Amino acid sequence: MTDTPKSGSIFTQTGLMAKRNASEKRFRFYGLVAVVASLMMLAFILFTIFSAGLSSFRQTTVTFSLELTEAKLDPKGGRDPAKLAKVTTVGYNKLIGTGFAAAIKEHGIEIEGLTDKDAAGFLSDEAAANLRDRVLADPTLIGQTVEINALVMGRIDGFMKGRVTAESAANDSNISAEQLALAKALDDKGLLHLSFNPAFITGTDASDTRPEAAGLGVAILGSAYMMLLVIVLALPVGVAASIYLEEFAPKNKLTDLIEVNISNLAAVPSIVFGILGLAIFINFAGLPQSSSLVGALVLSLMTLPTIIIATRASLKAVPPSIRDAALGVGASKMQTTFHHVLPLAIPGILTGAIIGLARALGETAPLLLIGMVAFVREYPGAPPAGFSDPASALPVQIYQWTQRSDPAFVERASGAIIVLLVFLLVMNTTAILLRRRFERRW
Amino acid sequence: MNDMRIVERLVETQGNKISARAVQVHYGTSHAIKDVDVDILDKTVTAFIGPSGCGKSTFLRCLNRMNDTIAACKVTGKITLDGEDIYDARVDPVQLRAKVGMVFQKPNPFPKSIYDNVAYGPKIHGLTRSKAELDEIVESCLRKAALWNEVKDRLTAPGTGLSGGQQQRLCIARAIATSPEVLLMDEPCSALDPIATAQVEELIDELRDQFSVVIVTHSMQQAARVSQRTAFFHLGNLVEYGETGQIFTNPRDPRTESYISGRIG
Ligand SMILES: Nc1ncnc2c1ncn2[C@@H]1O[C@H](COP(=O)(O)OP(=O)(O)OP(=O)(O)O)[C@@H](O)[C@H]1O
Ligand SMILES: [Mg+2]
Repeated sequence: MTDTPKSGSIFTQTGLMAKRNASEKRFRFYGLVAVVASLMMLAFILFTIFSAGLSSFRQTTVTFSLELTEAKLDPKGGRDPAKLAKVTTVGYNKLIGTGFAAAIKEHGIEIEGLTDKDAAGFLSDEAAANLRDRVLADPTLIGQTVEINALVMGRIDGFMKGRVTAESAANDSNISAEQLALAKALDDKGLLHLSFNPAFITGTDASDTRPEAAGLGVAILGSAYMMLLVIVLALPVGVAASIYLEEFAPKNKLTDLIEVNISNLAAVPSIVFGILGLAIFINFAGLPQSSSLVGALVLSLMTLPTIIIATRASLKAVPPSIRDAALGVGASKMQTTFHHVLPLAIPGILTGAIIGLARALGETAPLLLIGMVAFVREYPGAPPAGFSDPASALPVQIYQWTQRSDPAFVERASGAIIVLLVFLLVMNTTAILLRRRFERRW
Repeated sequence: MNDMRIVERLVETQGNKISARAVQVHYGTSHAIKDVDVDILDKTVTAFIGPSGCGKSTFLRCLNRMNDTIAACKVTGKITLDGEDIYDARVDPVQLRAKVGMVFQKPNPFPKSIYDNVAYGPKIHGLTRSKAELDEIVESCLRKAALWNEVKDRLTAPGTGLSGGQQQRLCIARAIATSPEVLLMDEPCSALDPIATAQVEELIDELRDQFSVVIVTHSMQQAARVSQRTAFFHLGNLVEYGETGQIFTNPRDPRTESYISGRIG
């Protein structure tokens, strides 16, 4: 300080000023580094997920014509739906097998050592099921020659996507070199197509041996049902509780205790809520296992503390002068709260609710405990009855798929993560839009 | 503005509107109001003067129970409005505040439109039957508060977007819109220019026909101009209370004397 003149020119910086500016610069640099580092991590995660998972939205099919022989599908004639339904997928499987073999020959493809079993195994079992559904929906097809797009088995699909190569196939008992050669030949003739696969989003889960048929439909529906129920259950209860605690309840030991407990609940590991849900909702109340109703109840319990804490914080942030103003013109406590305080707090409440919901959407552990990990092949029914049907959930589905041995499920799991991220994105965007709307109101 | 003429208005022998007896206010352990006795007359303007922090706002807030909202604040003693104890258990403070309106020290418009700010009170008290009536009330209140000309073209704009002085006048319009019997004004002109101040003072004088007005002010001139009675507070005590003319020309207490002369210079 001694060598700085007391009143120097404002064009020259004093030593202290330079120090202050330097520390500000340093601080800005640290902030920038932190932001860049987190952006890079995010980019890395997204890149990994997308490069592994995007391909799951496309699936390989093989196109060929086959005759739906009446003698096999409807031997007695008459097209009686009950009788048509008696022909199982096994029957259709044989039909497709012969049709496929004929198509191979027809296109002049000759693979040395290709057995009938190899040719039949080239196609997915799901192809027969799909054809059966198609015929049952439209029995007039019987007797005609139709063109079908049959799903191929997961390994061939992997070959088309570059996941399976000749080297990896050599050590794999599930695929033969002949099958690979067949795939190459069919591809050369333009019969193999890698095209958008809506069944990945709408279809049900499939067994361990049929990754090509596994879809997210049940999980998406289950997650959507649960989010709906969580919004309906947790948001009103949480907001009402916060308003009561913040605006109406006397400030005493009891409310202090409640406050501490709510904060603690927000930090309780989610699996504990799963145990609680199992004990209360399933064992005590007897609600159906694996249902989205029970899942939503557990997730609501888990989300409530988050919503309450966020709501109370945003109520607290409303300046007390607004309350004074309203009380001063003779508004009641209730009018003050609902006409003036709550509208100001809504953006904050929405943020808290979305954080809570996003956490609930991605939650796996408590759902495992209440049995939502079951293999569900049936879509849950329409609400409200469908809420008690067994369902899956997106994060649980991801968890399940990562547990399976077939490497094709890695791709599926990454695809499911993309769907989950899209869900989150949609929810967050909605929240931001809603917040804008409410902020613009005044 | 330097007009030190003391208004020689006839102070008719009005009845008491509000009487306070032995009022004590504690904020936790600090004693903010010490044993204050005051009678506020009907259809009269009463000025509260005193140095900063002496408890003027605190006492004012006792008169419509706004202190209820401060958990640490404890009011004892007896305050009656038209002979009825306002701290009686049967009194609903909400109903009381409809009768005893308030303009706060810091302007606090609702973050809503200018129109809604004024219309809110009449709406919740069911004072109007139609939109037209409400429009009329809003316009007349904004006119009285000397704000109409500035905002008549933007009634839907947010009240918080106004300047500080405009916000203060909006709060005045809001307070008179509910037609209270007593209007408590905490430094209503602290943010106003001389012209708006004169308009508000005119309003206060007008209001005296129907209401009793209590105004806190740091301006001796203002107190002298608008009020008929003046109360001087010092360190939580009511030092002197009497007719404005007498307080300003012939104060009995040396503290009043030095405060007034010190301020006026
Ligand atoms: N909410 C509160 N909590 C605790 N103490 C308070 C509170 N409000 C006021 N006080 C105290 O009460 C005393 C009187 O305050 P008050 O606001 O009534 O003063 P005032 O006369 O209105 O002053 P000013 O002219 O500056 O507005 C002050 O000592 C202040 O610190
Ligand atoms: Mg004050």
